[in-house]
Amino acid sequence: MSQEVNLNDQVGAMTTHEVHHDEHHGHHHKETFITKYVFSQDHKMIAKQFLITGIIWAIIGGLFSVMFRLQLGFPNETFPFLENILGKWAAGGKIQPEFYYALTTMHGTVLVFFVLTAGLSGTFSNFLIPLQVGARDMASPFMNMLSYWFFFVASIIMISSLFVQTGPASGGWTVYPPLSALGDASEGSKIGMDLWLIAMALFVVNSLLGSLNYISTILNMRTKGMSMTRMPLTIWALFFTAVLGVLSFPVLLSGFILLLFDRHAGTSFYLSDIFLASTQKALPNEGGSAILYQHLFWFLGHPEVYIIILPTMGLVSDVMSANARKPIFGYMAMVGSMFAIAVLAFLVWAHHMFVTGLNPFLGAFFVLLTLLIAVPSAIKVFNWLTTLWRGNLRFTPGMLFSIGFVSLFISGGLTGIFLGNSTLDIHLHDTYFVIAHFHIVMGVSAFFGMFAGLYHWFPKMYGRYMNNTLAYIHFWITLVGAYLIFWPMHYQGLAGVPRRYLDFSGWESFNQFDGLNRFISIVTIMVFAVQLLFVFNFFYSIFKGRRVTTQNPWGATSLEWTTPINPGHGNWEGEIPEVHRWAYDYGKDGRDFIPQTEPISANESPESKH
Amino acid sequence: MAQAVPAEQKWWSGGKSPFNVEYGKLMMWYFLMSDAFTFGAFLISYGTIRFASNSWPDPNEVFQSFPGLGSGLPLLFVSLMTFILIISSVTMVLAVQAGHAMDKKSVVRNLVLTIIGGIAFLSCQAWEWSHLYHEGAWWGSNPFLNADGTKATTNFSNFFFTITGFHGFHVFSGVVINIIMLIMTLNNVFERKGHYLMIEKAGLYWHFVDLVWVFVFTVFYLV
Repeated sequence: MSQEVNLNDQVGAMTTHEVHHDEHHGHHHKETFITKYVFSQDHKMIAKQFLITGIIWAIIGGLFSVMFRLQLGFPNETFPFLENILGKWAAGGKIQPEFYYALTTMHGTVLVFFVLTAGLSGTFSNFLIPLQVGARDMASPFMNMLSYWFFFVASIIMISSLFVQTGPASGGWTVYPPLSALGDASEGSKIGMDLWLIAMALFVVNSLLGSLNYISTILNMRTKGMSMTRMPLTIWALFFTAVLGVLSFPVLLSGFILLLFDRHAGTSFYLSDIFLASTQKALPNEGGSAILYQHLFWFLGHPEVYIIILPTMGLVSDVMSANARKPIFGYMAMVGSMFAIAVLAFLVWAHHMFVTGLNPFLGAFFVLLTLLIAVPSAIKVFNWLTTLWRGNLRFTPGMLFSIGFVSLFISGGLTGIFLGNSTLDIHLHDTYFVIAHFHIVMGVSAFFGMFAGLYHWFPKMYGRYMNNTLAYIHFWITLVGAYLIFWPMHYQGLAGVPRRYLDFSGWESFNQFDGLNRFISIVTIMVFAVQLLFVFNFFYSIFKGRRVTTQNPWGATSLEWTTPINPGHGNWEGEIPEVHRWAYDYGKDGRDFIPQTEPISANESPESKH
Repeated sequence: MAQAVPAEQKWWSGGKSPFNVEYGKLMMWYFLMSDAFTFGAFLISYGTIRFASNSWPDPNEVFQSFPGLGSGLPLLFVSLMTFILIISSVTMVLAVQAGHAMDKKSVVRNLVLTIIGGIAFLSCQAWEWSHLYHEGAWWGSNPFLNADGTKATTNFSNFFFTITGFHGFHVFSGVVINIIMLIMTLNNVFERKGHYLMIEKAGLYWHFVDLVWVFVFTVFYLV
C-alpha cells in the first residue's frame, strides 16, 4: 500500500531519503489471523494461496482424467463406485456420454486456466518477483489481494457448475458455438455453460489485476543496481507472461460477452442458418459467424499456451543454472528468444483453425509464422543443454524436474512442427496426435517446470525442505509415466483415432488399440497416485519437513536467498540490498558462486559477456 | 512524469522508480492497452460480420432524430453527443492542469464540469437507446432495412447496442471515478498528499474512453 505514499514523499519533498522508506517497513503492523492468512496483502502469502488453490484444482482436474481414462481403457466394464460419486452421470457404474464430454471439458478448463495459469503464474509471479528484483512487495498489494479473491470466486463458481442438475459445460474447453450458444443443443450448454462463462470472466479480471501488478513491479520497483539485464531469467519470463496476459485475455472477454448475448439476448453474433435436431426447429438467427468466435478464442488461446510455458522456462533456467553450478548459457539469447516467442504468440492463432473453413491462402502465412516459433524454442533448448554441458550437476529434485522439462519440451516441440503444417493438419487435426502433442509440450512439461520451481523454492516458501526420497519417486514415475501415456497416443493419432470419442470398441479401424488404451489408462492411474504422493509430501513438509538452517541452502546467487529464512512482510530486515552483478556468477574465478549483492572486486575477471 | 523531477535523479533503490514514473500511472497505461484490446476485439468482430453481409442499414437513415426537433436530421444528435464528450475531455485536461498547479478550486470546478459532461453524454445515450427501442430496435430485433432495400439481419442492432452499451458502461465508470476524485479533492486528500497524481490517472482513463468513442462513432455512424 505504501509504495505510492513513499514515492509521493519523494515527489513532494525531494529531500526525503530512501532510508525513510525502509524504516517504514521495518516494524511490522500487528497482524490478525484474518489479515495474515486470509485477506493477506503480503505477496508471499498470496503466492501460497494461489499455490494451494491450484493444487486443489489440479487434484480435481487430474481426477477427471482418471475417470474418463477408466471409460476409455475399460469401455465394457462397470465401476459401481463411480455411481456412488457421480450419481446419475455414471448410472450403473458407466460414465454417461454427456458426462464424458463434461469431464473432458472441465479437465481442459481446469488444467489450462485454473492450474497452469493461475496456479503457476499466480504462485511464482507473486512469490518471486518482489524477492528477486528486490522489492518490499508488489506495486499494489491491495490489487494483488483482489486478484487472488477474483480467482477464488471464479473457482467457487466453476466448482458450483459441477453440481447443477444439467451438469457443467460440456462443449470442449474451447466452448465453440453454436453448440455452446444454444441451450437446447446439449445438457452442458444450459446453466453449466453460463456458470462457466461467468467464472471465466472473473478469471480474466484476476489475470488482469495480477498481470498489471507484475509488470509495474518488474519495471518500476527493482532495487538499486538491478538493471533489466541483471534480472534472473525467471523475472524476464514472468514479465513476458504478464504482457501476454494483459493483451490476450481481454479479447477472450469480448468473445465471451458476445457469446453470452447470443445465449440470452437473441443476438446472432456467432449463429446463422441453424437447424436444431433436438427440437426439430430451424432457428431464426442469421448473419453471424461461428468462425468469428474461433478467431476471438484463439487470439487468447494461442498466447495462453505461452502464458503457461514461459514461466516454467524461466524457473527451469534458474534452477538449472544454480544446480549445474554454471552460468546460464546465452543469457541475452534466452531473453531475446522469449521476446520472440511473446511476439510470435500473437501471430499464429489461426493454426488452430486450419480445417474449420479458414482460407487456405491465409493458412499458408500462419504455417510460416508457426514454424518460425521453432527458432526461438530451439535456441532455448540448446542453451539449456549447453548450460548442462560439463556442468557440476547436483541432482536435486528441482534439477531433475528441470532436465525432465527440457526432455519433454523437445519431444513435444518436435511434433509441433508436424502440426504446424496446414496440409498435414488435414490428417492429424482432432486426433490423438494433437492430444499427445499439447499434453507433452505444454501440459506435462509445464507441470515439470512447476515442480522444479516448487522443489527449489519450497525452502524459501516455508523454511523447510520437502522430502527427497518421495521427490525422487515422484520424479521418476511421473517422467516415465508421462512418456508411457502420451508417446503411444502419437501412433493412435497417426492411425486416425479421433479425440473426444467415448468408446472405440465398436470401431473396426480403432479397436486394435483396445489393449493400448487399457495400458494408457493403468499408467494414468499410477501417475495420478504419484501426484497424490507429491501432495502429501508438500503438506507434510510444510509442518514436519526438515528445517532450513542456512539462508542460502542451494548456494544460489539471486536476491531471494539474502532474505531471512522466514522473511516477514517487507522481505528484508533493514535496507534492501544493492545489486552489483547479474544472477549467474557461478564457478567464477575459482569461486563456487558470487551472490548478486557482492560488489565487483578490483582483480576480478571481467564480467562474462551475456 | 507529471511532476518536475530532475532528470538525473534516479531512485534506483528498493521501492523507488527506475523510470521515474509512479507505478499507478504505469498500471493505468497497461490497463488501457488491455482495454483497447477488448474494444478492438469488439470492433473487429463488428467489421468482420458487417463486411461478410451483403448489405447493411444506412446510418443516415437510422440516426436521424433529435429530441424536440423530430426526424430528418441525420447524425445531428450524435454530433451533439460527441461534442459533449470531447468538451468533457477538455475540462478534464484543465482539471489535471489545475492539479499540477495545486489549484484546488480550479480542480473542483473542472471536475464538476467533466462529471456534468459525462452525465449529459449518458443521458443522451439513454434517450437515443430508448428512441431506437421504440422504433423496434433491440438486441435480437432490427426494423431497419439495408441500404439496398433488402431485409437486414439483426446484427446491426446487436452490435450497436452491445458496443455502445459497453462504451456507455465505461463512461459510467469514468463518471463514478471522477465523482470519487471530486470527493477526495473536497476532503483535501490530495492537498495532504502534496500532489494531484490521482486526478491525472483518472484523466488518462477519461481520455481513453473519449478516444474509444471516436472509433465507435466512426464505425457506427459515419461509415
